[in-house]
Amino acid sequence: MKKLVLTSLTALLLAQPVLATEYTQLDSHASELEFQYQQMGVKLNGQFRRYEAQLKFDPAHPEQASVQFQVDLSSIDTGSPEANGEVAGKDWFNLAQYATARFNSRSVKALGGQRYEVTGPLTLKGQSRDVKAVFSFKESAGKAQFDGTFTLKRLEFGIGSGSWGDTSIVADPVEVRFHLVANPRKP
Amino acid sequence: MKTETPVATYSLPAIGAHWLVAVLILALLPLGFYMEGLPLSPTKLQLYSWHKWMGITVLVLAALRLGWRLVRRPPPPLPAPAWQQQIAELTHVLLYVLMFAVPLSGWLMSSAKGFPVVWFGLLPLPDLVGKDAALGDLLKEVHMVLNLGLAALVALHLAGALKHHLIDRDSTLFRMLPFKK
Repeated sequence: MKKLVLTSLTALLLAQPVLATEYTQLDSHASELEFQYQQMGVKLNGQFRRYEAQLKFDPAHPEQASVQFQVDLSSIDTGSPEANGEVAGKDWFNLAQYATARFNSRSVKALGGQRYEVTGPLTLKGQSRDVKAVFSFKESAGKAQFDGTFTLKRLEFGIGSGSWGDTSIVADPVEVRFHLVANPRKP
Repeated sequence: MKTETPVATYSLPAIGAHWLVAVLILALLPLGFYMEGLPLSPTKLQLYSWHKWMGITVLVLAALRLGWRLVRRPPPPLPAPAWQQQIAELTHVLLYVLMFAVPLSGWLMSSAKGFPVVWFGLLPLPDLVGKDAALGDLLKEVHMVLNLGLAALVALHLAGALKHHLIDRDSTLFRMLPFKK
Protein backbone atom coordinates (compact mmCIF):
# COMPACT_ATOMS: atom_id res chain seq x y z
CA MET A 1 0.00 0.00 0.00
CA LYS A 2 2.76 2.32 1.02
CA LYS A 3 4.56 1.48 -2.19
CA LEU A 4 1.44 2.23 -4.20
CA VAL A 5 1.10 5.66 -2.60
CA LEU A 6 4.72 6.38 -3.30
CA THR A 7 4.41 5.29 -6.89
CA SER A 8 1.33 7.43 -7.36
CA LEU A 9 3.07 10.40 -5.84
CA THR A 10 6.06 9.95 -8.10
CA ALA A 11 3.79 9.65 -11.11
CA LEU A 12 1.99 12.81 -10.05
CA LEU A 13 5.24 14.67 -9.68
CA LEU A 14 6.48 13.47 -13.05
CA ALA A 15 3.23 14.52 -14.64
CA GLN A 16 3.70 18.11 -13.54
CA PRO A 17 4.19 20.33 -16.57
CA VAL A 18 7.85 21.08 -17.01
CA LEU A 19 9.02 24.28 -18.60
CA ALA A 20 7.73 23.80 -22.11
CA THR A 21 10.28 24.14 -24.88
CA GLU A 22 9.56 24.44 -28.55
CA TYR A 23 11.82 22.30 -30.70
CA THR A 24 12.51 23.66 -34.15
CA GLN A 25 16.05 22.75 -35.23
CA LEU A 26 16.52 19.36 -36.82
CA ASP A 27 19.89 17.82 -35.99
CA SER A 28 20.25 15.83 -39.18
CA HIS A 29 23.60 14.36 -38.13
CA ALA A 30 22.05 12.74 -35.09
CA SER A 31 18.87 11.77 -36.94
CA GLU A 32 18.16 8.66 -38.99
CA LEU A 33 15.71 7.98 -41.76
CA GLU A 34 15.52 4.29 -42.59
CA PHE A 35 13.26 1.96 -44.47
CA GLN A 36 12.72 -1.75 -44.51
CA TYR A 37 11.60 -3.61 -47.60
CA GLN A 38 11.15 -7.26 -48.38
CA GLN A 39 12.67 -9.17 -51.26
CA MET A 40 11.46 -12.77 -51.72
CA GLY A 41 10.91 -13.16 -48.01
CA VAL A 42 14.18 -11.44 -47.08
CA LYS A 43 13.87 -8.29 -45.00
CA LEU A 44 16.39 -5.67 -46.07
CA ASN A 45 17.18 -2.27 -44.63
CA GLY A 46 18.03 0.95 -46.39
CA GLN A 47 18.34 4.58 -45.49
CA PHE A 48 18.36 8.14 -46.77
CA ARG A 49 21.36 10.19 -45.75
CA ARG A 50 20.21 13.71 -46.71
CA TYR A 51 17.00 15.40 -45.68
CA GLU A 52 15.79 18.67 -44.23
CA ALA A 53 12.88 19.63 -42.07
CA GLN A 54 11.12 22.74 -40.92
CA LEU A 55 9.48 21.71 -37.72
CA LYS A 56 7.98 22.97 -34.55
CA PHE A 57 6.96 20.84 -31.65
CA ASP A 58 6.05 22.05 -28.20
CA PRO A 59 5.08 19.19 -25.88
CA ALA A 60 2.75 21.58 -24.07
CA HIS A 61 0.86 22.26 -27.31
CA PRO A 62 1.31 19.20 -29.51
CA GLU A 63 -1.77 20.03 -31.59
CA GLN A 64 0.07 23.12 -32.84
CA ALA A 65 3.07 21.09 -33.96
CA SER A 66 3.93 20.90 -37.62
CA VAL A 67 6.63 19.56 -39.90
CA GLN A 68 7.62 20.00 -43.52
CA PHE A 69 10.06 17.30 -44.47
CA GLN A 70 12.12 17.06 -47.66
CA VAL A 71 14.18 14.03 -48.55
CA ASP A 72 16.93 14.14 -51.15
CA LEU A 73 16.13 10.83 -52.84
CA SER A 74 19.54 10.61 -54.47
CA SER A 75 20.99 10.05 -50.99
CA ILE A 76 19.37 6.62 -50.86
CA ASP A 77 21.33 3.61 -49.70
CA THR A 78 19.36 0.45 -50.39
CA GLY A 79 22.08 -1.71 -48.88
CA SER A 80 23.74 -2.75 -52.15
CA PRO A 81 25.62 -0.64 -54.72
CA GLU A 82 23.95 -2.45 -57.62
CA ALA A 83 20.47 -1.60 -56.32
CA ASN A 84 21.48 2.00 -55.56
CA GLY A 85 22.17 2.48 -59.27
CA GLU A 86 18.98 0.70 -60.28
CA VAL A 87 16.57 2.73 -58.13
CA ALA A 88 17.65 6.02 -59.72
CA GLY A 89 16.01 4.90 -62.97
CA LYS A 90 12.56 5.54 -64.41
CA ASP A 91 10.96 2.36 -63.04
CA TRP A 92 11.95 3.34 -59.51
CA PHE A 93 12.35 6.91 -58.26
CA ASN A 94 13.11 8.52 -61.61
CA LEU A 95 15.53 10.88 -59.90
CA ALA A 96 16.14 12.95 -63.03
CA GLN A 97 12.57 14.17 -62.78
CA TYR A 98 11.62 13.67 -59.12
CA ALA A 99 14.61 14.33 -56.90
CA THR A 100 12.77 15.14 -53.70
CA ALA A 101 10.17 13.47 -51.54
CA ARG A 102 8.03 15.74 -49.35
CA PHE A 103 5.91 15.24 -46.31
CA ASN A 104 3.82 18.12 -44.98
CA SER A 105 1.95 17.55 -41.77
CA ARG A 106 -1.70 18.52 -41.65
CA SER A 107 -2.41 17.61 -38.05
CA VAL A 108 -0.69 16.26 -34.96
CA LYS A 109 -2.72 14.50 -32.31
CA ALA A 110 -1.65 13.48 -28.80
CA LEU A 111 -2.38 9.82 -28.11
CA GLY A 112 -1.27 9.95 -24.48
CA GLY A 113 1.83 8.52 -22.88
CA GLN A 114 4.22 10.67 -24.94
CA ARG A 115 2.85 9.16 -28.12
CA TYR A 116 1.51 11.22 -30.99
CA GLU A 117 0.05 10.76 -34.40
CA VAL A 118 0.93 12.94 -37.35
CA THR A 119 -1.10 12.95 -40.55
CA GLY A 120 -0.45 14.60 -43.86
CA PRO A 121 0.31 14.11 -47.53
CA LEU A 122 3.48 12.39 -48.66
CA THR A 123 4.54 13.34 -52.18
CA LEU A 124 6.77 10.93 -54.00
CA LYS A 125 7.39 10.65 -57.73
CA GLY A 126 4.59 13.11 -58.47
CA GLN A 127 2.01 11.18 -56.43
CA SER A 128 0.52 12.39 -53.15
CA ARG A 129 -0.99 10.06 -50.59
CA ASP A 130 -2.01 10.71 -47.03
CA VAL A 131 0.12 8.90 -44.50
CA LYS A 132 -0.32 8.56 -40.78
CA ALA A 133 2.66 7.98 -38.52
CA VAL A 134 2.66 7.24 -34.82
CA PHE A 135 5.72 8.50 -33.02
CA SER A 136 7.04 8.83 -29.52
CA PHE A 137 8.58 11.95 -28.06
CA LYS A 138 11.38 12.02 -25.52
CA GLU A 139 13.47 14.85 -24.11
CA SER A 140 17.03 14.09 -23.15
CA ALA A 141 20.05 16.33 -22.66
CA GLY A 142 18.15 19.34 -23.95
CA LYS A 143 17.24 17.63 -27.20
CA ALA A 144 14.01 16.19 -28.47
CA GLN A 145 13.90 12.69 -29.89
CA PHE A 146 11.06 11.61 -32.12
CA ASP A 147 10.86 7.93 -33.01
CA GLY A 148 8.19 6.60 -35.29
CA THR A 149 7.22 4.40 -38.20
CA PHE A 150 4.69 4.22 -40.95
CA THR A 151 4.13 1.87 -43.81
CA LEU A 152 3.61 2.97 -47.38
CA LYS A 153 2.73 0.98 -50.44
CA ARG A 154 5.43 1.59 -53.02
CA LEU A 155 3.16 0.84 -55.99
CA GLU A 156 0.73 3.62 -54.99
CA PHE A 157 3.60 5.96 -55.81
CA GLY A 158 4.72 4.06 -58.88
CA ILE A 159 7.97 3.08 -57.16
CA GLY A 160 9.23 -0.04 -58.88
CA SER A 161 6.95 -0.21 -61.90
CA GLY A 162 7.20 -2.31 -65.04
CA SER A 163 8.63 -5.76 -64.37
CA TRP A 164 9.46 -4.63 -60.82
CA GLY A 165 5.73 -4.40 -60.13
CA ASP A 166 5.79 -8.12 -59.29
CA THR A 167 5.22 -8.03 -55.52
CA SER A 168 6.27 -11.66 -55.13
CA ILE A 169 9.81 -10.44 -55.82
CA VAL A 170 9.80 -7.05 -54.06
CA ALA A 171 6.89 -6.68 -51.64
CA ASP A 172 4.54 -3.71 -51.93
CA PRO A 173 4.67 -2.48 -48.31
CA VAL A 174 7.74 -0.53 -47.24
CA GLU A 175 8.16 0.39 -43.62
CA VAL A 176 9.68 3.81 -43.01
CA ARG A 177 11.32 4.42 -39.64
CA PHE A 178 12.51 7.73 -38.41
CA HIS A 179 14.60 8.78 -35.47
CA LEU A 180 14.67 12.56 -35.47
CA VAL A 181 16.68 14.66 -33.05
CA ALA A 182 15.80 18.33 -32.69
CA ASN A 183 17.17 21.26 -30.72
CA PRO A 184 15.09 23.98 -29.12
CA ARG A 185 14.30 27.19 -30.96
CA LYS A 186 17.28 29.48 -30.87
CA PRO A 187 16.60 32.47 -28.65
CA MET B 1 33.43 -63.64 -65.19
CA LYS B 2 30.11 -62.46 -63.77
CA THR B 3 28.57 -63.96 -60.70
CA GLU B 4 24.89 -64.15 -59.91
CA THR B 5 25.33 -63.37 -56.22
CA PRO B 6 23.48 -60.11 -55.44
CA VAL B 7 25.78 -57.20 -54.77
CA ALA B 8 25.36 -55.18 -51.60
CA THR B 9 23.67 -51.92 -52.56
CA TYR B 10 23.24 -48.59 -50.84
CA SER B 11 20.08 -48.22 -48.75
CA LEU B 12 17.12 -46.48 -50.34
CA PRO B 13 17.45 -43.27 -48.27
CA ALA B 14 21.12 -43.05 -49.28
CA ILE B 15 20.21 -43.60 -52.93
CA GLY B 16 17.44 -41.01 -52.81
CA ALA B 17 19.62 -38.39 -51.14
CA HIS B 18 22.50 -39.07 -53.56
CA TRP B 19 20.39 -38.46 -56.66
CA LEU B 20 18.61 -35.47 -55.15
CA VAL B 21 21.96 -33.87 -54.37
CA ALA B 22 23.20 -34.81 -57.85
CA VAL B 23 20.26 -33.06 -59.52
CA LEU B 24 20.66 -30.01 -57.27
CA ILE B 25 24.39 -29.68 -57.88
CA LEU B 26 23.98 -30.10 -61.64
CA ALA B 27 21.35 -27.32 -61.57
CA LEU B 28 23.19 -25.07 -59.12
CA LEU B 29 26.55 -24.99 -60.89
CA PRO B 30 25.41 -23.54 -64.25
CA LEU B 31 22.78 -21.39 -62.53
CA GLY B 32 25.44 -19.81 -60.33
CA PHE B 33 27.73 -18.96 -63.23
CA TYR B 34 24.80 -17.70 -65.32
CA MET B 35 22.99 -15.51 -62.80
CA GLU B 36 26.12 -13.76 -61.61
CA GLY B 37 26.56 -11.84 -64.87
CA LEU B 38 22.93 -10.75 -65.22
CA PRO B 39 21.96 -7.09 -64.85
CA LEU B 40 19.75 -6.41 -61.84
CA SER B 41 16.18 -7.46 -62.60
CA PRO B 42 13.33 -9.28 -60.88
CA THR B 43 14.49 -12.43 -62.67
CA LYS B 44 17.98 -12.08 -61.25
CA LEU B 45 16.64 -11.68 -57.70
CA GLN B 46 14.45 -14.73 -58.23
CA LEU B 47 17.35 -16.84 -59.53
CA TYR B 48 19.56 -15.75 -56.64
CA SER B 49 16.87 -16.72 -54.15
CA TRP B 50 16.34 -20.11 -55.81
CA HIS B 51 20.10 -20.68 -55.91
CA LYS B 52 20.38 -19.95 -52.19
CA TRP B 53 17.39 -22.13 -51.32
CA MET B 54 18.77 -25.05 -53.33
CA GLY B 55 22.26 -24.54 -51.92
CA ILE B 56 21.03 -24.66 -48.34
CA THR B 57 19.06 -27.78 -49.28
CA VAL B 58 22.31 -29.41 -50.43
CA LEU B 59 23.90 -28.46 -47.10
CA VAL B 60 21.03 -30.05 -45.17
CA LEU B 61 21.11 -33.17 -47.35
CA ALA B 62 24.89 -33.43 -46.95
CA ALA B 63 24.47 -33.42 -43.16
CA LEU B 64 21.70 -36.02 -43.38
CA ARG B 65 23.79 -38.21 -45.67
CA LEU B 66 26.79 -38.02 -43.40
CA GLY B 67 24.61 -38.93 -40.42
CA TRP B 68 22.99 -41.76 -42.35
CA ARG B 69 26.41 -43.18 -43.29
CA LEU B 70 27.06 -43.66 -39.57
CA VAL B 71 23.73 -45.44 -39.12
CA ARG B 72 23.90 -47.57 -42.26
CA ARG B 73 27.43 -48.15 -43.47
CA PRO B 74 27.82 -47.97 -47.26
CA PRO B 75 28.51 -51.29 -49.01
CA PRO B 76 32.20 -52.19 -49.30
CA PRO B 77 33.84 -51.24 -52.61
CA LEU B 78 33.91 -53.79 -55.39
CA PRO B 79 37.25 -55.36 -56.28
CA ALA B 80 39.49 -52.96 -58.20
CA PRO B 81 43.16 -52.00 -58.26
CA ALA B 82 44.25 -50.33 -55.03
CA TRP B 83 45.13 -47.01 -56.68
CA GLN B 84 41.67 -46.81 -58.21
CA GLN B 85 40.06 -47.51 -54.86
CA GLN B 86 42.23 -44.83 -53.29
CA ILE B 87 41.24 -42.28 -55.91
CA ALA B 88 37.57 -43.21 -55.51
CA GLU B 89 37.87 -42.89 -51.73
CA LEU B 90 39.60 -39.51 -51.98
CA THR B 91 37.02 -38.24 -54.49
CA HIS B 92 34.19 -39.24 -52.17
CA VAL B 93 35.81 -37.56 -49.17
CA LEU B 94 36.42 -34.35 -51.13
CA LEU B 95 32.88 -34.40 -52.54
CA TYR B 96 31.61 -34.55 -48.97
CA VAL B 97 33.92 -31.72 -47.91
CA LEU B 98 32.65 -29.57 -50.79
CA MET B 99 29.00 -30.47 -50.19
CA PHE B 100 29.51 -28.59 -46.94
CA ALA B 101 32.10 -26.00 -47.95
CA VAL B 102 30.37 -24.74 -51.10
CA PRO B 103 26.97 -23.94 -49.56
CA LEU B 104 28.65 -22.57 -46.43
CA SER B 105 30.86 -20.24 -48.49
CA GLY B 106 27.76 -19.08 -50.36
CA TRP B 107 25.87 -18.48 -47.12
CA LEU B 108 28.89 -16.61 -45.70
CA MET B 109 29.09 -14.50 -48.86
CA SER B 110 25.39 -13.67 -48.70
CA SER B 111 25.77 -12.59 -45.06
CA ALA B 112 28.86 -10.49 -45.80
CA LYS B 113 27.09 -8.81 -48.71
CA GLY B 114 24.23 -7.87 -46.41
CA PHE B 115 21.60 -10.26 -47.73
CA PRO B 116 20.25 -12.62 -45.10
CA VAL B 117 19.28 -16.06 -46.38
CA VAL B 118 15.64 -17.01 -45.84
CA TRP B 119 15.26 -20.69 -46.76
CA PHE B 120 12.39 -21.03 -49.25
CA GLY B 121 11.38 -17.49 -48.27
CA LEU B 122 10.07 -18.89 -44.99
CA LEU B 123 12.88 -19.80 -42.61
CA PRO B 124 15.29 -16.95 -41.85
CA LEU B 125 18.80 -18.29 -41.29
CA PRO B 126 21.20 -16.42 -39.01
CA ASP B 127 23.84 -14.20 -40.59
CA LEU B 128 27.19 -15.97 -40.25
CA VAL B 129 29.21 -12.74 -40.46
CA GLY B 130 28.37 -9.04 -40.35
CA LYS B 131 28.04 -6.91 -43.46
CA ASP B 132 31.50 -6.32 -44.91
CA ALA B 133 31.95 -5.45 -48.60
CA ALA B 134 35.62 -6.52 -48.80
CA LEU B 135 34.93 -9.83 -47.07
CA GLY B 136 31.96 -10.31 -49.40
CA ASP B 137 34.16 -9.92 -52.47
CA LEU B 138 36.73 -12.32 -51.03
CA LEU B 139 34.07 -14.91 -50.24
CA LYS B 140 32.75 -14.58 -53.78
CA GLU B 141 36.19 -15.65 -55.04
CA VAL B 142 36.31 -18.48 -52.51
CA HIS B 143 32.84 -19.63 -53.52
CA MET B 144 33.84 -19.63 -57.19
CA VAL B 145 37.13 -21.49 -56.70
CA LEU B 146 35.43 -24.12 -54.54
CA ASN B 147 32.81 -24.54 -57.26
CA LEU B 148 35.44 -25.07 -59.94
CA GLY B 149 36.86 -27.77 -57.69
CA LEU B 150 33.40 -29.24 -57.20
CA ALA B 151 32.76 -29.27 -60.95
CA ALA B 152 36.06 -31.11 -61.51
CA LEU B 153 35.27 -33.67 -58.81
CA VAL B 154 31.74 -34.23 -60.11
CA ALA B 155 33.25 -34.85 -63.56
CA LEU B 156 35.77 -37.32 -62.11
CA HIS B 157 33.05 -39.05 -60.07
CA LEU B 158 30.84 -39.31 -63.14
CA ALA B 159 33.72 -40.57 -65.29
CA GLY B 160 34.52 -43.22 -62.68
CA ALA B 161 30.92 -44.41 -62.52
CA LEU B 162 30.65 -44.61 -66.30
CA LYS B 163 33.98 -46.40 -66.59
CA HIS B 164 32.80 -49.06 -64.13
CA HIS B 165 29.47 -49.37 -65.87
CA LEU B 166 30.50 -49.28 -69.52
CA ILE B 167 34.08 -50.55 -69.56
CA ASP B 168 34.43 -52.78 -66.50
CA ARG B 169 30.74 -53.70 -66.76
CA ASP B 170 30.57 -54.26 -63.02
CA SER B 171 27.82 -53.43 -60.54
CA THR B 172 29.23 -50.17 -59.14
CA LEU B 173 26.51 -47.99 -60.65
CA PHE B 174 23.74 -50.44 -59.81
CA ARG B 175 24.63 -50.13 -56.13
CA MET B 176 23.41 -46.54 -56.35
CA LEU B 177 20.24 -47.30 -58.31
CA PRO B 178 16.88 -48.15 -56.74
CA PHE B 179 16.37 -51.08 -59.13
CA LYS B 180 18.45 -54.20 -59.60
CA LYS B 181 20.42 -55.29 -62.59
